[in-house]
Amino acid sequence: MDVLMLSRLQFAAASMFHFLFVPLTLGLSILTAIYETKYVSTGDEDYKRAAKFWGKLFLINFALGVVTGITLEFQFGTNWSAYSKYVGDIFGSLLAIEATLAFYLESTFIGVWVFTWNKVKPKTHALFIWLVALASNVSALWILIANGWMQHPVGYELRNGRAELTDFIAVITNKFAIYEFLHTVSGAYILSGFFVMGICGYHLLRKNEVEFFKKSFRIAATFALVFALFEIFNGHLHGSEVAQTQPTKLAAMESVWETQERAPMYLFAMPDEQNEKNSVEILPIPGMLSLLAHHSMDAEIKGLKDFPKDERPPVSLTFYGFRLMVGLGFLFGLLALLAWRARHNPESAPGLLKVLILTIPLPYIAIEAGWVVAEVGRQPWIVYGLMKTSKAVSVLASSQVWISLIAFVAFYSFLGVVDFYLLAKYAKKGPEALN
Amino acid sequence: MYETIWFILWGVLWAVYFMLDGFDLGIGTLMPFLAKSEEDKRYMYNAMGPFWDGNEVWLITAGGATFAAFPTAYAIMFNGLYSALLLLLFALIARGVTFEFRNKVESSSWRGLWDFFHCVGSFLPALLLGVAFANIFAGLPLDKNGIYQGSFFTLLNPYGILGGVLFVLAFVTHGALWLAVKTEGDLRERSLKTAGKTWLGLLLVAVLFLGSSFIHTDLFANYMRYPYLWIIPIIAVLALLSIRPFIMSGSEIKAWAASALTIVFITFFGVAGLYPRLLPSSMSPEYDVTIWNASSSELTLKIMLGVALVMVPIVIAYQTWVYIFLGKKLTKEDLEYEEAY
Repeated sequence: MDVLMLSRLQFAAASMFHFLFVPLTLGLSILTAIYETKYVSTGDEDYKRAAKFWGKLFLINFALGVVTGITLEFQFGTNWSAYSKYVGDIFGSLLAIEATLAFYLESTFIGVWVFTWNKVKPKTHALFIWLVALASNVSALWILIANGWMQHPVGYELRNGRAELTDFIAVITNKFAIYEFLHTVSGAYILSGFFVMGICGYHLLRKNEVEFFKKSFRIAATFALVFALFEIFNGHLHGSEVAQTQPTKLAAMESVWETQERAPMYLFAMPDEQNEKNSVEILPIPGMLSLLAHHSMDAEIKGLKDFPKDERPPVSLTFYGFRLMVGLGFLFGLLALLAWRARHNPESAPGLLKVLILTIPLPYIAIEAGWVVAEVGRQPWIVYGLMKTSKAVSVLASSQVWISLIAFVAFYSFLGVVDFYLLAKYAKKGPEALN
Repeated sequence: MYETIWFILWGVLWAVYFMLDGFDLGIGTLMPFLAKSEEDKRYMYNAMGPFWDGNEVWLITAGGATFAAFPTAYAIMFNGLYSALLLLLFALIARGVTFEFRNKVESSSWRGLWDFFHCVGSFLPALLLGVAFANIFAGLPLDKNGIYQGSFFTLLNPYGILGGVLFVLAFVTHGALWLAVKTEGDLRERSLKTAGKTWLGLLLVAVLFLGSSFIHTDLFANYMRYPYLWIIPIIAVLALLSIRPFIMSGSEIKAWAASALTIVFITFFGVAGLYPRLLPSSMSPEYDVTIWNASSSELTLKIMLGVALVMVPIVIAYQTWVYIFLGKKLTKEDLEYEEAY
C-alpha cells in the first residue's frame, strides 16, 4: 500500500476511534447537567446521586475522548501537509478558534467540577457542568464548521497558490455546516439518551435502585425522543443540502447510475460497481428520490455515469453506510417513542427494557456509518470540488506510516477495550449510597 | 506587522504550555523516584488533578495557532518530524488516560501498569519537546521544497539531546517544586530536596546549552543586532539562580514562580533568536521557513488576532482563578474525598 492509502486508513482509524467517545461526551454532559439542575431545584438527593453516577461514566468516557482528540489536530500536519498548506488559511483558523473558545473552557471546568463537590454551593457546582456541556457542544460547532467547509467550501478565493479566506461570515454561516452540526449533535444526544436508558433497563430488570433509575430513565426518554424526531427532520434537510452541493455523494448514497427525472427510491437495492448498475432493485417508490432531494417529483437526479470515473466516490461503502444510518435512525424514533410512553413506569415493560439494553451499541454504529457517508462519499475530494485527496498527502516513507498505523490500531484497541470494560464495570455497579 | 504579532503569540503559547504542563510532566517523571508509598503517589496525582487537562490545552492551542497563523510552517514541521511527533502524541495519550484509569480497579498490578504509563508518558514528551526545539533552534535539514531530509535519528544529535536533557531537568525541577507547593510534611521536604538536586543539574546543563548554542545555532545574531534582547537571557539566568535560595529558605511558592519564569524565558530566549524564522533550514538560509513565507493571509491573521485578544485574557482569568481556588495544600481529607484521583 502507498502512503496515500495508509494515511487514509490511519485517519479513518484515528477519527472513527475518537468518535466512539465524542457523542457520549456531547450528550451525557447535558444529561448530567440536567440531573444536577434537578437536584438544585428539587433538593431530591437521588438527582445528586444521578449526577454523580452518570458523571462518573461521563468521565471514564471523556478520558479517552480528550486524549485521542489531540491526534486528530496534529494529523493534518503529519499526514496531510499539502492539504494543510493549501487550506490552512481557513481550516487552521477554525481549529484554533475551536481550541480557544471551547477546549480551554471544557478542560478547565471538568477538573473544577470533579474536585469541588464539597467546596462550593450546589448551584455553583451545577454551573460548572453546564459550562462543560456548553463548551463541548461549542467545540462540536466549530469542528463541524471546519468539516462543513471541506464538504462545501465557501468564502475563499484561490490566491498565492492556495485557498485564502475572503469572507469569514460566509464560512461560519455555511448552511452545509449548520445542518451537519445539527445532524451530528442530535445523533450524539440520541446515543446518550439510549445509553442512559439501556443502563437504566439493566438495573430496573434486576430491581436494583428502582426509584433512582426510574428518575434517570424518565428524563433520558424525553431527551432521546425529542432528538430522535428532530434527527429525522434535520436529516432530511441535510440530505437535500447534500443533493444541492454534492451531486456525486447523493448519487452514491442512492446508487443512482443513470441520470433521470422522477427518480424513484428503491426500498431494497444492491450496487454493482464494476458493471455500473444495481444488481438488485426492488420495491421502487416512484419519484420519491427526486422529491426528497429537490422537493419536486419531477426533479432530475444526475446519475453516477454522467460523472467522470475519477470523480465518483466508492459507491458500495457510501450506499450501505447511508442505508444503515437511515434505517437505524427510524428505529431509534420508534424505540424512543415506545420508551417515552413507558417513561413513568418502565419497570412494568421488561420486554422493552431488554430491547433497550441491546440497543446501546446501535447509535454508535449509526453515527460511525453516518461519518462513512460524509467522508467516503466526499471522495475523491478532500475539499469538495477544490482539492483531491491524492494531492493532499504528506511526503513520507510508507514504512513510517505502516509503523504508525499499526501502533495506532494496537494502542487504541488496547485503550478502547480498557475504557469500555471500565464503563461496563461502573455502569453495572450502579450509584453508590451518599455518605 | 500581523506576522510579527503572531510570531510573538506563537512563542507565548509554547512558553505557557511548557510552564504549565511542564510541572505535570515533571511530577510524572519523578514519580517512581520520589513516591515511597501509594499515599505519596496519590498526593502526586492529586497535585495535578484539577489542572493537568486545562494545561494540556495550551499545547493544542500552540499547535492550532501554528496551523492558523503559519500553515506552511505547521505542514513542514509536522510532516518533517513525523515519527517524533507521533511518539509524543502516543506518550501524551498514555499519560492522559492514567488519571482516570488507575484507581478504577482495586489491584496493585493494575495501578502499577498505569503508573508505568504515566511515568513514561511524562518523561518522553519532556525529552522529545526539548529535542525538537533544540533542533529547530539549530536548523532542520529542509530542502528548497521544505521537505525534511533526515530521519528521526537525525534529531538525536548532541545539541538536540542536550536540549532534551535541559527540558527534562527544567520540568523535573518545576514538578518537584509544584509538589512542594501542594504538600506538607515529609513529602514536601523530599520534594524540596529533590528540586535542590535537579536544580544543580539544570544549572549545569543550562550553562552548557547556552554555550553550545553559540556553536550550533545562530540564535545570537539577533542579540548582536538588537542588544536590548539580552534582557531575556538575563532574566532567565537570574530566575534560574534565584530558585536555589528560595528552596533553601523553604519558600516553595516563590521557588516555583522562579522556576516558571525560568522556563518561560528559556523559551523566549530561543524564540527571540529565531525571529523572523520559524524553522531555519540547516541546508541553506534561502530555504528557511519564515513568518513571511509561511503565514496566513492578512484577513485570517486579523480575525485570529481579534479572537485571541478577546479569548486569551478570559482563559487566563479563569485558569488563574482555578489555580488560586484549588492550589491550596492537599490534606488527608482531600485524598479521602470520593472523587479524588
